Amino acid sequence: MSNYKVLVSKLGLDGHDRGAKVVARALKDAGFDVIYTGIRQTPEQVVEAAIQEDVDVIGVSILSGAHIHHVSRLMKLLRERGLNVPVVVGGTIPIPDVPRLKQMGVREVFLPGSSLKEIINVVRRLAEEKRRAEQQA
Amino acid sequence: MQSSKPREAYLNSLIERAVGGDRAALGKLLTVLERPSRDSGIVLRTLVKKSGRAHVVGVTGIPGSGKSTLISKLISVYRSWGLRVGVLAVDPTSPLSRGALMADRLRMQRHATDPNVFIRSIASKGFRGGLSLAALAMIEALDAAGYDKIIVETVGVGQAEVDIMHAAHTIVVVTMPGAGDDIQALKAGVMEIGDIYVVNKSDKPEADQLLEFINFALETGEIGSGEKWRPLVVKTSAIMGTGVEELAKVIEKHLEHLVRTGRFEEKVESRRLMLARLFALRIVEEKVEKIIEAHKREVSRILGESDDPYTVLEALIEKGLREL
Repeated sequence: MSNYKVLVSKLGLDGHDRGAKVVARALKDAGFDVIYTGIRQTPEQVVEAAIQEDVDVIGVSILSGAHIHHVSRLMKLLRERGLNVPVVVGGTIPIPDVPRLKQMGVREVFLPGSSLKEIINVVRRLAEEKRRAEQQA
Repeated sequence: MQSSKPREAYLNSLIERAVGGDRAALGKLLTVLERPSRDSGIVLRTLVKKSGRAHVVGVTGIPGSGKSTLISKLISVYRSWGLRVGVLAVDPTSPLSRGALMADRLRMQRHATDPNVFIRSIASKGFRGGLSLAALAMIEALDAAGYDKIIVETVGVGQAEVDIMHAAHTIVVVTMPGAGDDIQALKAGVMEIGDIYVVNKSDKPEADQLLEFINFALETGEIGSGEKWRPLVVKTSAIMGTGVEELAKVIEKHLEHLVRTGRFEEKVESRRLMLARLFALRIVEEKVEKIIEAHKREVSRILGESDDPYTVLEALIEKGLREL
């Protein structure tokens, strides 16, 4: 079976990419195929990249405070395109916003201090889930 | 295991949708082609009936020479000419973790939402020949889906990547100031295979010196594939956007040359032969691996204990193949 494929992206006007790079590298070291799109991406660019690369999981990092705005647009676009790719969000997310993001369909939110091990495990579980669902379809 | 009828119907509908412009279907189709299997064989059977039109441009050169940025600018030129562009960007798989961090796409993301551009990253990993097999199969898919230019980006190291380059109609070798002297330019390898050489980052000092080294290498040897195409050298600065339109025009010149000399179709033929060959080799390799796995102990002793290891191994494999 081929490696699980993850898109790592920075949504919105936000150049703080150390976190995203550390996570991308950790996923590579854990045996994932990681596609890193870099900073200042629009939700449209993230969705299109996910389609063209046929990824198993989308991970977005946001440290700008605009997570509610960008993520709701991202989730809407994914629904419109009929894309069943699990989304995880990481960054400086105030705790009260976590349930709101999950309500939008985000599968997991990683707050500052999250361990790489935890991130890797969640991403792997979500990727497994998606492949299994696809096989049954 | 034979591909079941419903599976075949699914694959056929995937091809139909992908060729009809459904990008999600094309993304899925490329995933099917990532590894050789009955499925990918069935898909290729249909694809090759629809492909053979696209101009495949290989872009190769050392890491950091600016290939991805250059390709992004080249896409802009092609789009201004009204052409549709597919990109296959190869990045290395870690020999340690077997994972990959692919970031060629990062330089091209401005084109992500253009419905006439399709970019796919490929990890170089897996089994021997796996990379070339995946890339060659994906070329057929993008070609069948109506992309006019298919740009294949690799770092051009190792046999697999050289195989991919041989499948390209036009090979563009990208180099940059500081990458070596005139002796480097004379060495065997990547500096022999180009139809076009690009001195990128020409906004930096020493670009003209590199240009001279390359011209020296081209003038002193019979470089090229014996097709009477004299390799051309172009200076670019991808980041500033200079020289890119000229590069695009030089690539067109090479395309005209290929069409005029009948080499265009020949290259499509040889690309498919290579694809079928790699497919066949993979089938054999899988079987041989199974046989060796089943006779591990015996095989590990052959070198030390047999008088004629070659013949013993050959007999073991032939016997195993009959029994499989």
